[in-house]
Amino acid sequence: MIIYIIIFTFLMISCFFCLYRIGVGPTAPDRSVAMDILGIVIVCFCATIGLYTGKEYFLDLALAWALLSFIGGIALAKFLEGRKYDD
Amino acid sequence: MTISIVAQIFIFIGLAFIFLGCLGFIRFPDLYNRLQGATKCVTLGACSIMIGVIVNSGLTAMSGKAFMCMVFIILTSPTGAHALAKGSYAANVKLWYKSVCDKYAEKFQGKD
Repeated sequence: MIIYIIIFTFLMISCFFCLYRIGVGPTAPDRSVAMDILGIVIVCFCATIGLYTGKEYFLDLALAWALLSFIGGIALAKFLEGRKYDD
Repeated sequence: MTISIVAQIFIFIGLAFIFLGCLGFIRFPDLYNRLQGATKCVTLGACSIMIGVIVNSGLTAMSGKAFMCMVFIILTSPTGAHALAKGSYAANVKLWYKSVCDKYAEKFQGKD
């Protein structure tokens, strides 16, 4: 039980680091990179919660979250590069 | 509920990498340094945590999903970081003022 408390505490501290960068970040790319990193940390969070509860659907949640985070990051990068969405 | 010793070792390695990557993400001075520091560490940490989940849950559907998640993170996270770095360079995000060289600009100067 103490193992899960340590894991969740450190993952939560990492999430708050990413949230700090989303709030304070000087430019827009900083915020989008922070969203990308926060997505991966949340994927790890979902996997560990799946280990804690023994339910499988948290891994489905992690897979879906990784997909959506990647799509969002790619779309933001394309928007930052100054291209339109259809080229 | 309980985690085996090997899975604990993998999960704590991954946890250390994720924590240090996110610490570097708030400590580094520049967007490109932050990308460099955070993305690689967090990718490796996520893969290590997924290996821990696979080791702990044996040959079940859960470990298959964790394996798919790991492969997907390995494939997409460096791709997203590369696209974001290129896009933010095109959006004129400045380098840190103590940066010594800019190979990407030198490459385009050589072409023109």
